[in-house]
Amino acid sequence: MPADYFPLFIMLVVSVAFAAIGVGVSAILGPHRPTAIKGQTYESGMPTIGTARRRVWIRYYLVAVIFILFDIEIIFFYPWAVVFKQAPLFLLIEMVVFVAILLVGYIYVWRKGGFDWY
Amino acid sequence: MNILGISVDPAIVKFIILVVQCIVWIVALLTTFAYIQLVERWTIARIQVRIGPNRTGPRGLLQPLADAIKALFKEELVPTNADKLVFVLAPMISVSCALLAFAVIPVAPPINLFGVEIPMQIADVDVGVLYILAIGSVSVYGTVLAGWSSNNKYSLLGSLRAAAQLISYEVTLGLALVGVFMLTSTLSLNGIVDYQKNFGWLIAPQIIGFFLYVIASIAETNRLPFDLPEAETELIAGYYTEYSSIKFAFFFMAEYINIITVCAVTTTLFLGGFLSPLSGIPFLRDIPILAWDGIWWFALKVFVLIFIFMWIRGTFPRLRYDQLMNFTWKAMLPAALLNILITAGIVLYPEILRLLNGQVTLR
Repeated sequence: MPADYFPLFIMLVVSVAFAAIGVGVSAILGPHRPTAIKGQTYESGMPTIGTARRRVWIRYYLVAVIFILFDIEIIFFYPWAVVFKQAPLFLLIEMVVFVAILLVGYIYVWRKGGFDWY
Repeated sequence: MNILGISVDPAIVKFIILVVQCIVWIVALLTTFAYIQLVERWTIARIQVRIGPNRTGPRGLLQPLADAIKALFKEELVPTNADKLVFVLAPMISVSCALLAFAVIPVAPPINLFGVEIPMQIADVDVGVLYILAIGSVSVYGTVLAGWSSNNKYSLLGSLRAAAQLISYEVTLGLALVGVFMLTSTLSLNGIVDYQKNFGWLIAPQIIGFFLYVIASIAETNRLPFDLPEAETELIAGYYTEYSSIKFAFFFMAEYINIITVCAVTTTLFLGGFLSPLSGIPFLRDIPILAWDGIWWFALKVFVLIFIFMWIRGTFPRLRYDQLMNFTWKAMLPAALLNILITAGIVLYPEILRLLNGQVTLR
C-alpha cells in the first residue's frame, strides 16, 4: 500500500530538517575566523602535497562489481524466501540450480584472486 | 472525531500524531545516542583500567550535554580545496539516513491513548527489512561523499575502504536474514514478531544467521574489530578527518544511531522484539510488567546487545584489511548460503519424513 509509506515521507522531512537546523545553528553560533593555514588540507601537520583527485586502486571497483552481482542475488532470495513455505521442495531445487550457476562465478572470482588483497 | 469537545477531522488528528511521533522518535534516538556514547566511554575506560568521564555533573552524567554544546559552538572549518556543497551535504545524508532507518522498527505493541490507537512504530511497511537494508545502502553515500569532497588523501582512502567494507558486509548482512524470512514467510517486522510470539524466538533455529548478522552489523557500523575506515594509526580519522563542529558530531551521531538500529533489528528478528521472555514460565506469567510485552523488554534486549558491541570493541584487536575482506567473502558468504540450506532442511523436515514413509508428495 503506497499509503503505508506516507509516514516515512514525514520522517524524511523531519530528519532532513533536523540535519539542516543542526548545520544552520552551528553556523550561526560558531566563530568564523578562517585563515589560509586553517583552510589547508590536513596531512598530519605537514604541508599538503598534491591533490586527492587522483586515480584509485582498481580493486575497489572490482569489489563494487562483485557486490552488485551478489546484491542482485539477495534481491532474488527475498521474495523466494517469503513464498518458500508454499512449495518448499520445488522452490529449493530451483534455488539450488540458481545458486549453483552463481557459485561458478563465485569460485571463478575466488580462484582468480578477486577476493585477495595485497 | 471529538477531542475536548471540538470536532476534528480524523485525518488531521492522524497527521498531527504522526508528526509528533516522528519528533518524539528523533528526540528519543538522540538521547539514547548521547547516553550510550557516555556508557561506552565508561565501559571502555573500565576495560582499560581508567575511570572515564566523571567530572561534568554528578558522576559525569552531563557529559553528553557538554559535548553537544561544545560541538555547536566550535568553528566550522571547510577546507579551501574541498567541494563545498558536497562537504556540507555528506554529514546531513549520514545522519538523516541513520534516523530514517529506525522508523519501521516496532518498539512496543500499539498503545491506546485517549481512544486513538497509536502504533509504536512510525510506518508499518510490508517490506520493513528491505527498507532498512535500502536505507543502509543509501547511507554509504554519506561516507563516500564525505571522503571524496574533503579532497584529502587520508579521507579518500578512508572512504574507499569504508565503501568496499560496507558493500562487502552488506552481502552477508542480507543473506544472513534470508533464513528468517523462510521461516516467517514475511518481510514485515510486525509479522516477524507475531511469528515469534507463536513459535518461539528465531535465535534457536537461526543461530548461524544470528551470529552472521551480528558480526556483519559490527562491520556495517564501523565498530572496532572492523574499523579500518577510520583507523587512527594509519588514516588520521578516516573519512571525517576534515570535519569539525556539528558536522563531525553528525558522523558520530550517525554511527551510534546505526548501532542502535542494527541492535534493534537483531532484537526484532532474532530475539523476539518487544515480547516478554517470561510469559511462558508458569509462576511468572501473572506478574504485571515482567510478563507483559512492552518497550522495556525491547530496550533491555537492545542495550544488552549494545553492551556486547562495546565489550567487543574493548577486547578485540583491529583486523588487517585483507583479513577483513577474506573473512566476509570467503567465510561468511558460504556460511550464509549454508544457513539458507539448513533452514530449508528445517522447513522440509516434515516433508522428508513423509517421503521416507512412502507418502510421496512432490508439490
